[in-house]
Amino acid sequence: MTIPTPQAATVVEVEDAKLQSTAGPSTSKAGDGRSPGKMAWLRFKRDRTGMISAYVVIFFFVIAVCAPLIAKLYGKDPYTTYGQNDTSLLDEFGSPMLPNGGISGDFWFGIEPGLGRDVFTFLLYGIRNSLLIAAATTLLVTVLGIAIGITAGYLGGKTDYLVGRVIDILLAFPSTLFFIAFWPVVLSILVPPDENTPVWLTVVSLITVMTALGWASIARLLRGEVLALREREFVEAAKVTGSSPARIIFKELLPNLWTPILIQATLALPAFVTAEAGLAFLGVGLTDPTPDWGVMIQRGSDVYQSDITFMLFPGVTMVIFVIAFNLLGDSVRDALDPKTKR
Amino acid sequence: MSSKDPLLDVSGLTKHFPIKGGFPIRRTVGAVQAVDGLDFSVAEGESLGLVGESGCGKSTTGRLITRLLEPTAGTISYRGQDITHASRKQLAPVRSEIQMIFQDPYASLNPRQTVGKIITAPMEINDINPAGGREARVRELLETVGLNPEHYNRFPHEFSGGQRQRIGVARALALEPKLIVADEPVSALDVSIQAQVVNLLQKLQKELGIAFLFIAHDLAIVRHFSQRVAVMYLGKIVEIADREDLYGNPRHPYTRALLSAVPEATADETPARERILLTGDVPSPVNPPSGCRFRTRCWKATDKCASEAPPLVRVEGSREGHLTACHYPEVTQSVAAVPKARTAPSGPKLDKNTEDPTAGA
Repeated sequence: MTIPTPQAATVVEVEDAKLQSTAGPSTSKAGDGRSPGKMAWLRFKRDRTGMISAYVVIFFFVIAVCAPLIAKLYGKDPYTTYGQNDTSLLDEFGSPMLPNGGISGDFWFGIEPGLGRDVFTFLLYGIRNSLLIAAATTLLVTVLGIAIGITAGYLGGKTDYLVGRVIDILLAFPSTLFFIAFWPVVLSILVPPDENTPVWLTVVSLITVMTALGWASIARLLRGEVLALREREFVEAAKVTGSSPARIIFKELLPNLWTPILIQATLALPAFVTAEAGLAFLGVGLTDPTPDWGVMIQRGSDVYQSDITFMLFPGVTMVIFVIAFNLLGDSVRDALDPKTKR
Repeated sequence: MSSKDPLLDVSGLTKHFPIKGGFPIRRTVGAVQAVDGLDFSVAEGESLGLVGESGCGKSTTGRLITRLLEPTAGTISYRGQDITHASRKQLAPVRSEIQMIFQDPYASLNPRQTVGKIITAPMEINDINPAGGREARVRELLETVGLNPEHYNRFPHEFSGGQRQRIGVARALALEPKLIVADEPVSALDVSIQAQVVNLLQKLQKELGIAFLFIAHDLAIVRHFSQRVAVMYLGKIVEIADREDLYGNPRHPYTRALLSAVPEATADETPARERILLTGDVPSPVNPPSGCRFRTRCWKATDKCASEAPPLVRVEGSREGHLTACHYPEVTQSVAAVPKARTAPSGPKLDKNTEDPTAGA
């Protein structure tokens, strides 16, 4: 500024930096700093377990999304009772004729004993429905948890106290019992007794109830994080420059909260998958004609003595999915928060 | 300096933090009297040092002036405008003129934002569009504080403590402030880096004419940096004076004790100063002593000190603008006012007392 030479040098440097940033888009910015997110991604890429579980999880989501397409290519649907239509498939006791649950070139995973539905498409659609419910619940729980947790933590005082007590109650609440006890009551109010419960209503109420009972843990976690962050000097620095509370929350606090949010969300999704399957198994939530992981396991428990294969497919896939997702959650945590590594 | 209208004028500034207790209904059961009735002013372009030991309310004072905390009582006026209880919107025009540098360079920068974003943010918030664009201005600021402008897209974790503090300084400068509250800006840094940062601040003060409220516990740095110095003890200012007056002629016993504790970098031949070791701890600000707050540790304390709080006034023998809050001020250029029993009981203390710290350091 004072001497002309350094300024000229600066201009050149500025141009250099600009050239660099335009030449190397996002991937190779040698002159730029490595963001915490980028470093986490590099750490994650080095984590073998994490990468493998990520591929497994992605595979599950892909087949869930593409279920109708796969079913179309495969040429069957989960509702047709093939065993009833074709008498050569099931014997007089309802068990598949062929060994291993009737696995054949036509029915890759065999056919269901009794009704004779196709296990492969039934499982595909089951995964699709289960993941849809779990993913929607996770999303809602995370959004609600973020909103409530940050509000309570940032405002503090009476709001914080009130929210804290609500969280305490929710965390102490036996949610499964609640669901089993109140499900019929709610349905009897919403649906006339002479009609069948529409599937969309079941799904919506499942998601709603799981969300209403599930946001508390993430909200509590974020509240604590915000309480710690709010006293940090960079927040005070933002206040001194005149930031609005909204700007402080979205620009200063939230970027520092993505780590716990992501970790919580990846660990919550498999929990919701199992919770939903558990409810379906117990007879609340989705019921038989609708394909679902839990419905399938419930059906399998009826017939496992004559045909263990039918139980095997939903059980094994669910175990693989939940383990992979939990390992992924661990890896995500290790990558984002290296200090917590065991 | 004293002839001008003050840039910042603080009178009777008080902050009491309530202590909540009781069950089941929580109510205020007491108060931490962190800051209790401060009066001082900062002139334009001046640097006022605020020293005192840990917990005496220095940082609280800084946060009150930047309005991070709400004062319990008293007034803060900036250029004659009362900003004591101004809301965020009312403060907006003043915000850009009063900025702050923080103590911990590791906590004062958002780890998720690039340096460029951190320094641009104040301009965005206050809607300042410098000629040539904000990015160019940020690069210029980075250069001003002695950083490479190419560091624009780097993240805070890629810098050392000293460099981070420079980023903090650049952020404070982004709004072209008239007053910077520096809350122990160098106490978290290595000694070798401290000098760099202090020199940078001094350069800014001289070149840009920024007034500073320099909060520190290091007397040597305050002496290097500030034209005027205020000494705080337990939420009150006990002495305020020009630098030479305060360091050369301390009138309050506490100031003397503080000054005597500054380590000397002198060779063996020069006689060591007498060191005053204060006994006991700082009393709790929840329940401060009556009268003079320093009396519990003062070797001169009498009944009068317990009953009457000494006002902050110019005492006999002091120069203009040298205010002391003591009933029994130290004698000008006093030498042997300290009884032996209260001084260091052992150690390499020499009897030859020199009460002229200006010769040292």
